[in-house]
Amino acid sequence: MNRLPPSAGAKGPAPARRTIDVVNASLGRRHAAERRFRLYGLAAIVTGLGFLVLLFASIFANGVSALRQTFVAIDVHFDPAIIDPSGRRDATELAAVDYGALIKRALREAFPEVTERREQRQLFGLVSSGAPFQLRDLVVADPSVIGSRRTVWVPADDDVDVLMKGGVDRTLAQGERRLSDTQLAWIDRWVAEGRITKRFNTTFFTGGDSREPELAGIWGAVVGSFYTLAVALALAFPLGVSAAVYLEEFAPKNPWTDLIEVNINNLAAVPSIVFGLLGLAVFINFFGVPRSAPLVGGLVLTLMTMPIIIIAGRAALKSVPPSIREAALGVGASKMQMVFHHVLPLAMPGMLTGTIIGAAHALGETAPLLMIGMVAFIVDIPRGVTDPATVLPVQIYLWADSPERAFVEKTAAAIIVLLGFLVTMNAVAVILRKRFERRW
Amino acid sequence: MQPPSLFVLVLLGLTSAAYYLGRRRAVAVVGGAQRTRELHSRPTYYGTYTALWCALPALLVLGAWLALESSVVSQLVVAGLPEEIRSLPPERLGLVLNDVRNLVQGNIVSGQVDGAMQAAADHYLSLMQTSHAALGVVMLVLATAGVGFSWRSIVPSMRARNRVEGVIKGFLVVSSTIAIFTTLGIVLSVLFESIRFFQAVPVNEFLFGLSWSPQMAIRADQVGSSGAFGAVPLFAGTLLISAIAMVVALPIGLMSAIYLSEYADRRFRAVAKPLLEILAGIPTVVYGFFAALIVAPLVREAGGAVGLSVASESALAAGLVMGIMIIPFVSSLSDDVLNAVPQSMRDGAYALGATQSETVRQVLIPAALPGIVGGFLLAVSRAIGETMIVVMAAGLSANLTANPFEAVTTVTVQIVTLLVGDQEFDSPKTLAAFALGLVLFLVTLTLNVIALHVVRKYREQYE
Repeated sequence: MNRLPPSAGAKGPAPARRTIDVVNASLGRRHAAERRFRLYGLAAIVTGLGFLVLLFASIFANGVSALRQTFVAIDVHFDPAIIDPSGRRDATELAAVDYGALIKRALREAFPEVTERREQRQLFGLVSSGAPFQLRDLVVADPSVIGSRRTVWVPADDDVDVLMKGGVDRTLAQGERRLSDTQLAWIDRWVAEGRITKRFNTTFFTGGDSREPELAGIWGAVVGSFYTLAVALALAFPLGVSAAVYLEEFAPKNPWTDLIEVNINNLAAVPSIVFGLLGLAVFINFFGVPRSAPLVGGLVLTLMTMPIIIIAGRAALKSVPPSIREAALGVGASKMQMVFHHVLPLAMPGMLTGTIIGAAHALGETAPLLMIGMVAFIVDIPRGVTDPATVLPVQIYLWADSPERAFVEKTAAAIIVLLGFLVTMNAVAVILRKRFERRW
Repeated sequence: MQPPSLFVLVLLGLTSAAYYLGRRRAVAVVGGAQRTRELHSRPTYYGTYTALWCALPALLVLGAWLALESSVVSQLVVAGLPEEIRSLPPERLGLVLNDVRNLVQGNIVSGQVDGAMQAAADHYLSLMQTSHAALGVVMLVLATAGVGFSWRSIVPSMRARNRVEGVIKGFLVVSSTIAIFTTLGIVLSVLFESIRFFQAVPVNEFLFGLSWSPQMAIRADQVGSSGAFGAVPLFAGTLLISAIAMVVALPIGLMSAIYLSEYADRRFRAVAKPLLEILAGIPTVVYGFFAALIVAPLVREAGGAVGLSVASESALAAGLVMGIMIIPFVSSLSDDVLNAVPQSMRDGAYALGATQSETVRQVLIPAALPGIVGGFLLAVSRAIGETMIVVMAAGLSANLTANPFEAVTTVTVQIVTLLVGDQEFDSPKTLAAFALGLVLFLVTLTLNVIALHVVRKYREQYE
């Protein structure tokens, strides 16, 4: 390939170095450079994918353990003298009693040798502060347990949970651990008696937020995300589709529509936090929409997703061939009928794909929602679009900021759930595209 | 159910009834379903026309009513309050009003509930009830009047389709202008608060001051009560982290784009490209967690191993992770511009005996340079505006340093810290966030406009 034609080298007396020799001499170096360059390219891809693997691996490694939660079995005597002093079995009275006393008594009975106040406090600290509520629900649901003595599995404190999952280094000095030596000894005794075990963590999927890691769940955030996204899509989809239809099918070419187009393209690149400032200044301070509510979050996300939907919608409308339009106009349809009866149905799969991708973006958005107060600590599950709520990514941010060691696995598990939603949405978008995409 | 949502439901029912009425009327005026050809439009358009007349005026009134209701009612309630409460300063008055509202909704009230308060709450409640009743009556009257009017105006020669299409077109135009209103809203909201901020803090001090500590005193005589609003450390921190991010993202992104578009076979490309793009779909809060939990300790240990002292919230960790986030962005933009280079230029280079890498380095990259620069600028603007990674992994203290191992803070971090939590909208501390937002918006806007312009010019060159 690199040989010159014979005539080129054959004129006159042979020169000391022909061009071909120079080329040949450098070939080895050049090919080495070629191989190196190729390797750099491959290395770049491998590095990128390596980061991806590292990211997923570290999050899964941290998050999987949150599926299981440590529970302790304690023998509770449902003493009528404490629970139901009036003896009327009245549900509101039963709900108002201090069930912590039952747990404390059960623990004292289990460890009679612990008498000192400080040690007792350490002992009580091994059981979650949510345990009394569990007992309360048990009694309110079935008042016949009153007076009986039964073994109840209650969630252990998050420090115990971390220990059981191997997160505590026992060789450290006592002062550097969250659990003291005596506490470790009690836990070991429980382990030996089979009174402590790890079970599937349903609270994580059904509960709202909590300051106690063992009681914290993502359901409140999931519901908040659902309402927020519902508001955003209910507004952004019709508005985005209408805007796309107008710009692609009706808009005359003039400075005004040029301005709209430039605006849409720029909005797609405005930092998300600026949308949060807009939401704070306009929706909350000017229009008085309630803070922290899915309504205002949805409004902000509407403004952020609309450009994505418009851009995708215009691409989908562009891909519908002009022959469809001409045929419709040819049989006497008005322009509006042509668009809404023929062009829009054909472009709909593409628009839906764009909308789902936009929704996935909106679902993962955090920064603007911090601005409009969706970062508040909210325990209750929201029941409407005006209830204070938080969303899944903000919940992740809040937990990631919490100092408790046990929140690390909760955060990672919440991330897994969020990524699961995103993967599902994107998969639906891909399937939709594959299934309905038409090549003209 | 709240009365307004009940009204909307009733209106929905009325509207569908109006649709059928209008359609029947249209068929009736020409004398039967066989003769609908004599109508200008198809009967459904007359139905839709009637339905629009029923719904639109009532809905407009509803919207305006709800927007004005609370302020009007509040003013009426205030007017009915005793003199000593009315003469309170506005913010105290607002608190009282809030309490009244809470009292109405049965929430917990901050102060003592006295007789005047209870009277005000009753007043408020009765006003609200009157207002809702009036709203219902007005909406009902408007809806029936609309139906009656359109019913009477249906004649065979009426151009119902054109009128309905006119309304639809109006809706399309309005929704396309929302983008402009959004931009306008951003500019105005950020600008107004910024102007208020610059009344308290001079522009020069903000843009060129070297110290940033936005604490405002609660009492005027407190130590360090003035606060310092010199934003240079924030700009420097933002640039430092963005620069680290670009140092990571540019080579990796560009080289993977080159490999994918010039070397990789179809199968490898079909797998690697979507996988790389997953990186772009991961929410930034996940990157933030990754940076704070995995990368920052790693960087710290690695630094410790070679004898460097690395802050636990070093700029390096945040920049590194931000770079990872931007890789697919750089790579897909570079991929686009590389593919836009005409094949004839590659063929020409090969014909001269250049190897593939020589073609890439000496022909493709120079030819694609404007496009790559445009993509680079877009990526920089993305890095500057990125929030969650730096909020979670970068520090809060405003250090003016170029050392990537130290903690720095960024513009976005400061906006978040200034605005999360309780705010009072008259302190420079809160308003400073809007001034920072203004700077952020202007810088990213400029970068985007330049970048889009460069990319477009580059595309046109080869078209």
